[in-house]
Amino acid sequence: MKLINKNHVVKKMPTRLAVNSICKGLFFLATLFGLLVLAILFYRIFTQGIGHLNFDFFQNFASRRPEEAGVKAALIGSIWLMAVVTPVSLLLGVGTAIYLEEYARKNWITSFIKLNISNLAGVPSIVFGLLGLTVFVRALALDRSVLAAGLTMSLLVLPVIIVAAQEAIRSVPRDLREASYGMGATKWQTILKVVLPAAIPGILTGGILALSRAIGETAPLVVVGIPLFIAFLPQSVMDTFTVLPMQIYNWTSRPQEEFQQVAAAGIIVLLALLILMNSIAVIIRNKFQKRY
Amino acid sequence: MNMTLTGPKKAPTVGIENENADSVFLKETVYETSDLNLWYGENHALKNINLDMYQNEVTAIIGPSGCGKSTYIKTLNRMIELVPDVKTTGQIKYRNRNILDQSYKVEDLRTQVGMVFQKPNPFPKSIYENVIYGPKIHGIKNKKILDQIVEKSLKGAAIWDEVKDRLHENAYGLSGGQQQRLCIARCLAIEPDVILMDEPTSALDPISTLKIEELVQELKKDFSIIIVTHNMQQAARISDKTAFFLNGEVIEYSDTNTIFSNPNDKRTEDYITGRFG
Repeated sequence: MKLINKNHVVKKMPTRLAVNSICKGLFFLATLFGLLVLAILFYRIFTQGIGHLNFDFFQNFASRRPEEAGVKAALIGSIWLMAVVTPVSLLLGVGTAIYLEEYARKNWITSFIKLNISNLAGVPSIVFGLLGLTVFVRALALDRSVLAAGLTMSLLVLPVIIVAAQEAIRSVPRDLREASYGMGATKWQTILKVVLPAAIPGILTGGILALSRAIGETAPLVVVGIPLFIAFLPQSVMDTFTVLPMQIYNWTSRPQEEFQQVAAAGIIVLLALLILMNSIAVIIRNKFQKRY
Repeated sequence: MNMTLTGPKKAPTVGIENENADSVFLKETVYETSDLNLWYGENHALKNINLDMYQNEVTAIIGPSGCGKSTYIKTLNRMIELVPDVKTTGQIKYRNRNILDQSYKVEDLRTQVGMVFQKPNPFPKSIYENVIYGPKIHGIKNKKILDQIVEKSLKGAAIWDEVKDRLHENAYGLSGGQQQRLCIARCLAIEPDVILMDEPTSALDPISTLKIEELVQELKKDFSIIIVTHNMQQAARISDKTAFFLNGEVIEYSDTNTIFSNPNDKRTEDYITGRFG
């Protein structure tokens, strides 16, 4: 005796196939929505800003006259900021992840710390701004310098980098570690020669996402007190400076129509910088993936 | 509890070459395990293990899944410490020094005792880099010496002819059997005294398995080998002594011939005749 009624199965078939197609369509629409909005954004920014994007735009400091306004201080400032944030956040983040995954005992304290780090990744950026203001600007008297802002921004992106690096380190196969330990390698040799090389693509992916966030972030810098209008370049990490998103914010809040175009040009520069950073990361990542 | 352990302590013939050898001589002891107990948390995984293992012999450890044979072999190079919450009592003397003493550095122990794992686990690097990994971490930098080590180790693991023209290609391009022999070469490269093999052929096809078995016969001339295996025929083919583990205890330990032809214990007989396991 058969338990399955074949007629019933045949009758159900069209419905099942229809649901299958409908779901595919729904998910495609979801993707399309995001892409469409992004396309509109790009169209608007490029049509507005492209006219303003010339050599002078990179040569000039900010100005009250839109035709003379340039992005020089902000662009150089953003690069200075990243020059502080990248090494500080990557070294601290990867170091923390290595400690938590490789060295720390697996007990409730470690789990508690890990949970809190994940939670920190969701704390609003303005809170990190207040922290930076209290600790770096006031207590350590770093003033509104590149260093103070860079350290604040590093704190902001640290949790994301730590979590990404932890995931990457954890996904390194156990048998590779065993092979290394089995030949008498110390823990550090194993980490340096086996774990990190295998984890680097993952660490970089997470790191880049975090750094991209740092380069576009404004709120913590507003709280730290980074000026909106500046007409000189920082000479050291102790000088004050401004960054692209702050400069763009300044321009968009001006009443004159021309400044909206200047702002659009600034956004193009910021996007270009982001794409550049991501490309460098992808290149490094592919290089390591080829080797391993 | 089984109180009629046939260990070397109670069977004085063990450790002496069998009678048809020209001269009767005592083999040097490599490992001396006495009253070893091991717990994973609350789980008593090894119970009163007493075993002696000898130089230039192949000692096979057989037994059904979960009998503690893998746990035991991992204790011999303290790889077991990677598992959290492991507790041991008793002694394992390697060349007359207790390795369970925390003053015995694992790094030191593992330069003497190499290990080959169940699944081939080459590093995602070139064949050459895989072999020199061990020597390099021990501080050998001289390119000429490293080149010699690579050739000697790969020859020792009977894989030189297959890979000599592609030493700088990624080891992942090798077949499973070749990868496992590369792992053996990598282990030989640190010039160990003992080689531990934890089911080295369980992931391999019959032909690769045969090659590894032949290799083990070759290797025992220069090394002492301890091999865990699921495969009783394999133990019978390649080992000099066999220990039968069951539920964390050594039921019987004797010459391989004796174990397979005339076992002392009913449970050993049941296992090797395939009545359980």
